[in-house]
Formats: sequence, structure tokens, C-alpha cells
Amino acid sequence: MKITDEKIEALAKLARLSFEGPERENIRQDLENILGMCEQLQQVDTTGVEPLIYMSESHTVLRSDVVIQTISKEEALKNAPKRDSDFFRAPKVIDQHD
Amino acid sequence: MKAFHRVIDIQADLIAGSLTCVELVNHYLTQIQEKAHLNAFLEVWADEALDKARLVDAKIASGSYGKLAGVVIALKDNLSYKGHKVSASSKILEGFEALYTATAVERLEQEDAIFIGRTNCDEFAMGASNENSAFGPVKNPFDESRVPGGSSGGSAVAVAAGMCHCALGSDTGGSIRQPAAFNGVYGLKPTYGRISRWGLLAYASSFDQIGPFAHSLEDIALLTQIMSGADSQDATAIQEGPLDTWTYTEKKNRRFAVMKQAVEHPGLDPEVRDTFNQLLDKLRALGHEINYIDFPLLEQMVPAYYVLTTAEASSNLSRYSGMMYGYRSPNATDLESTYTRSRTEGFGPEVKRRIMLGTFVLSSDQYDAYYEQALKVRRIIQNETDAILDHNEALLMPTTSTPAFKLGEKSKDPISMYLADLFTVQANLAGNPAISIPSGTTQSGLPIGVQLMTSRKSENDLYDLSELIQKLF
Repeated sequence: MKITDEKIEALAKLARLSFEGPERENIRQDLENILGMCEQLQQVDTTGVEPLIYMSESHTVLRSDVVIQTISKEEALKNAPKRDSDFFRAPKVIDQHD
Repeated sequence: MKAFHRVIDIQADLIAGSLTCVELVNHYLTQIQEKAHLNAFLEVWADEALDKARLVDAKIASGSYGKLAGVVIALKDNLSYKGHKVSASSKILEGFEALYTATAVERLEQEDAIFIGRTNCDEFAMGASNENSAFGPVKNPFDESRVPGGSSGGSAVAVAAGMCHCALGSDTGGSIRQPAAFNGVYGLKPTYGRISRWGLLAYASSFDQIGPFAHSLEDIALLTQIMSGADSQDATAIQEGPLDTWTYTEKKNRRFAVMKQAVEHPGLDPEVRDTFNQLLDKLRALGHEINYIDFPLLEQMVPAYYVLTTAEASSNLSRYSGMMYGYRSPNATDLESTYTRSRTEGFGPEVKRRIMLGTFVLSSDQYDAYYEQALKVRRIIQNETDAILDHNEALLMPTTSTPAFKLGEKSKDPISMYLADLFTVQANLAGNPAISIPSGTTQSGLPIGVQLMTSRKSENDLYDLSELIQKLF
């Protein structure tokens, strides 16, 4: 599988990562090599095989619909890199244009 | 201090009054200090461990104490323990403090276990050498120029080098069994869902399992039994009560399957192969059956594992956004760059590689060719594993194809590192329990491990078969 620079750019955007300088070529090479190894999967005849998605025997475990407070506001904010007394602080989402 | 291999031996001395928990903890703290250069621990909870030791000593004096009284345990740095830091050895979680305790950890604590610290590991449990930690590699105590294995390298070394009695790790593709083999200790990956994953920092949720490291089978069984059982916080856990207490049942004429493709693998180290073949001879001599079976899919297991685990990781690790917890880049200018800069600066290279691979295999134009195909291959691997275990009681193979490799030897080549998981990923792909048992050393003194796998939910039978094998070393 040939991985282009454009593909790396598109994947990085989706993954919210950025690769600059030599890192960009490194990740392109790595992905190409790893996907080369993964191409072996295509040799397996999987006609009529159902994908194995759930590893548990019981797929739907139900519980009573009861409200439980698992974490307080103070706890939720405790590890925040930036906060005020009530909220997480985030950078501005919309720029003001004149 | 004498070397204890079993919890019951520690407790016998505690009850007899010839030993106290405080003495034990002080002993381990000294060992941790003396062996600090191995880099096994990221944080040591000395004062807290001593406080708990005094409490447990009082409980023993009063005659009412838990099943793990006197057992000093280290936790892999991806298990949450309320009020304590947990970072998955990643810069992105530096300073993060757990808000709740993992179910597995809580159940051990309720039985009077003493937690001594958190251990180094590969970042987000992604690696086979412990070289992917943001806090530096761990060294193998048998040869400090070699890796301890990974991802639970710190936990394996902590137990092997006598810095604690037992330790917890997590195993997504071999992350308990491979370091156990490299350090000459026991390591178990239980059946998928046997132990609740609540409080385990997720890597690949349909593969991850918590499990123990110990010096004896009895302790592996004891810890697993205590941690097992349904949990309202994890719907994927097996919906049954805890495992029955294990007592060894001797049976004759056991049937072991051996994969031809594994014993004939060109990458198999000659000393590992000889040790393994000698074990087979001994088992045959005792009247047990060895059946060589064909498993043509051996080479496809690592690719299936990487496609599926990276897909799950790319989704699981999307939560690290620099917004609600963890590292936030000071170099960001707006919301979008806060996400991108925080993740780019916070994650190490292997984590980024896996997120990118996972994003690729899940992208709409590649989904069928990679992700769905891998899910189908996973089904075939599970079916074929079940078929083998319908006719045999266990699948037996070396845990790893080589003993511990050199630091730096594979770190430049991701694919050669991925192949370190060759024999261990099957148990995670199929969901089966598997254990690594110490099986001697090479001429140069490096530990070798042998792996046993049994049917899902048959841990106690796995221990019976393991007991039979451990007697031969």
C-alpha cells in the first residue's frame, strides 16, 4: 500500500495530530511498512464469515435506571489544565471579525 | 529477610509473630531504593504503605484480617487508585490524579493488600520492551543491557527483583506474559472479562485484561480469584460470581496441543526450542499426550491484532484532548490547535503511530479491506482455537521466541518489535486465559518462559495443568 503525503495530512487532521519536518516522512514510511505487513490479512478467505465484534457472552447487560452521582463538580474540575470555579476554560472558538 | 514465594508462607510467619508487615514493607522499600537504577517504579507510596502495614499488623494481632494480609503489591501505572497519580507512562497525563479506584485494585485492598507504588510501563501499554515510556526504559535485572519486556515491564521487574511480593499488569497482546517470561516469574492473562476493566486506562477495550505477576501459581490463583467476578461498572465483564478457590487436582493422561508453525518457526531461538522440546519429552515420559497441530494462520495473527487494537486505540485515546484533564499545550492559539498541539506534544512516537494506523484502518475507504477483514480473521482464529481445545486440554508453546533482547535492538524497527508478540496475541484475539510459567534459563542466565492456554473461563484447569509443568523445572 502506497501512502502519500496527502494521505498523512488527511489522517493527521482526523486524529488531531501534526507531523512536521522529518517526522512526516518517518510516519509515512512506518505506515507503509506496517500496512505492508497487514496486507497478509487479505490472503485469508473470509467468505461467509461473520465479523467477531463482541468478546462478551452477554451483549446486553441491563441495570435499573437509577440516577447515581459518581463524581462531584469539584472532582471533575480537579485535573483540569485550566478552569474557573464552575467551568473548564477553553480557548475562544469563534473569532470576532470586523 | 528470607525470600517468600507464596502468600501462605508470609502469613504463617506473620501469625507466628516472627515477622511483621512493617518489617516487610521496610524490606521492600530498601530493595526499591537499592535497585532504583532499574527504573521499575515511577512513584513509591512509602508512608502510606507503612501506615497500612501498621494497620494490618494490628488486624493480625486481633485475629481478624483479609486474605491478602501482609501482601505487598505494586500497581502498573495504568490502574486507577483514588487520590493517587496515574499516567500510563505518558506525558499527556502528567500530574493526573485518579478520581476513583479500579475494581480490581479495590477488591485487593478490601482483603488487606498493601500497595507500595506504581510501576513504569510502555506508554498506554503500547510496546513489548518498556522503551516507549515517557519516563525512560526499565532494565532487566538479569542483564541490565537488556529489556524487561513490555508493556508491564516495571511490574515484572518489581516482582523478579524482590521490590514487592506481587504486582498487577495489563495484557492486550502479551503485556503480562512476555515480561513475565523475560524476568522468570509467573504472569497470567485471565479470560476476557474475568476481571472488571473499570479503572484500567483503556488501550484496546476488546483485548485488555488485568492480571497478576507472582512467584508462585498459588499466588496467581489467589489474586485472580479475589479480583474476579461481575461488576456493575463493566458490562463486558463475565456475568458470574468470583472464581472458585483453586486447589490442585491431579489428573493423568492430559492432552497438550503444540502448534507446528510455532516450534518450526525460523525466528525461534535454539535454546528456547531445546528447552521446549525437552519439556515435551518429559511430559510424554509421564504418560501425557502431545499432539502436533497445524495452525496456518500463525503469521496472520500479529497483523489482525495490530489492525484491531490500533482501531480501538484511535477511538479510546481521542479523549485526551487537553481540555478536561492532562497536558494542555502552551503553544496553542485556538480551540483546534489546543487539541492538535496538546496531543502532538503529549503523546510519544509509538502512540502516535498506532493512532494514525487505527485512523487509517477505520477510514471509510479502507474499512472493509482492513478493519472488517481483521474482525472476520479474528472470528476464524477464535473458531480454530476452540477446535484445538475441543480435542486437547491446553495449547502449549514458548511464551516468546527469544529471551530478553538488548535495549535499543528493536526500537528503530516497529515491525520486528511487533513480532515479539507472535505467540501471545492469540489468547487476546480469541479471549482465552493464558499463563507464562518460568521454564529455566539460557546458558547465559536469561529466563525462558513457557505458555499454556486453555478454554475460556477455565482458569482453574489452567492452574492444574500449570502445576504439572512447573514441577518439571
